[in-house]
Amino acid sequence: MGPLIVNEIITENTNLLFAFLIGIGFGFVLEQSGFSSSRKLAGVFYGYDAVVLKVFFTAAITGMLGLLFFSLFGWLDLSLVYINPTFLSSSILGGVIMGAGFIIGGYCPGTSFCGASIGKIDAFVFIAGLFIGVALFGWGFPLWEKLYLAKDLGDPKVSRLLGISDGLFALLLILVALVMFWAAELAEKKFPREEY
Amino acid sequence: MNAKKYINPYLGGVLLGMVLLAANFVSGRGLGASGAIKSCIVSAATTVAPAAAENSGFITEYTEKHDGHPMKSWLVFQMLGVIVGGFVSGVIAGRLKWKVEHSPKITSKKRLVLALTGGILFGWGSQMGRGCTSGSALSGMAVLSLGGFVSMMAIFGTAFALAYFFRKNWI
Repeated sequence: MGPLIVNEIITENTNLLFAFLIGIGFGFVLEQSGFSSSRKLAGVFYGYDAVVLKVFFTAAITGMLGLLFFSLFGWLDLSLVYINPTFLSSSILGGVIMGAGFIIGGYCPGTSFCGASIGKIDAFVFIAGLFIGVALFGWGFPLWEKLYLAKDLGDPKVSRLLGISDGLFALLLILVALVMFWAAELAEKKFPREEY
Repeated sequence: MNAKKYINPYLGGVLLGMVLLAANFVSGRGLGASGAIKSCIVSAATTVAPAAAENSGFITEYTEKHDGHPMKSWLVFQMLGVIVGGFVSGVIAGRLKWKVEHSPKITSKKRLVLALTGGILFGWGSQMGRGCTSGSALSGMAVLSLGGFVSMMAIFGTAFALAYFFRKNWI
């Protein structure tokens, strides 16, 4: 049955309508969780508010389990679902630069749009920065094209690399997440803060 | 008007995971944010300087994968939804307010300079890393992509490692 667009159950325009509706859900949940506040987001790096860690990992696990169950029920053909390719060098370098951008700017792209939607001026400025950064990357592309395409590993799944089933890997990830949630709750008790 | 409290983060995570699942079920791909900005930049470049755009590997890589207009993309529509969804949530919770949010230890101006700097870095990094926190890390992890886990560790690891040096901006 799914993915609906790949199996041509819906038209291209219906797909875009769904994109808009799914986006509404995305923005609504981010804002309701407090992701429109840069000081709340940055809290995870100082221990006073671990909402980022809790929401992020719960979401990743929920999405992962949902995909596995949907596949099991025959509702979704996992072989047609896009698996992000892995280019090791650019993935690490890009991630490191993004991490620096996160702690300096206080947002990531999705959360900055969420912050801007409720009037955070710092979020608008961050978004302006995003446009400049993406344009700079495109403008100087020949300079880093080699690095961008280096260490192409295809689209490997972690479970396959470890030689275990997707289900077993999912279980292990859940256990790791539970340990992190426990640590996060401890950190929030240890570094309590007033409302900010 | 007192702002309502945020929802429980684990509930928020489950709901976000269901949104991510819906995206995969409908479109066969996860969520994303930086991709919509790339669409805007590609669109602007092909309009303003079509000749230069044709010679840019960055832009041709995009246009080869997306026939038709660059703005007619899944992520552009999804990000428009994010703005609406965030706004509706802000209205319901009473959080709509023009504000520069910053630590009392720094000025608004400094906060804005930092926000711009961080945005530029994040924008550049999201292109090098083929996606940001949502497109590469979150969506990638849900489909068990190695790249997703690498992105997640690089983003959060670096931010943790640098947190000490930027503490005055936040606490």
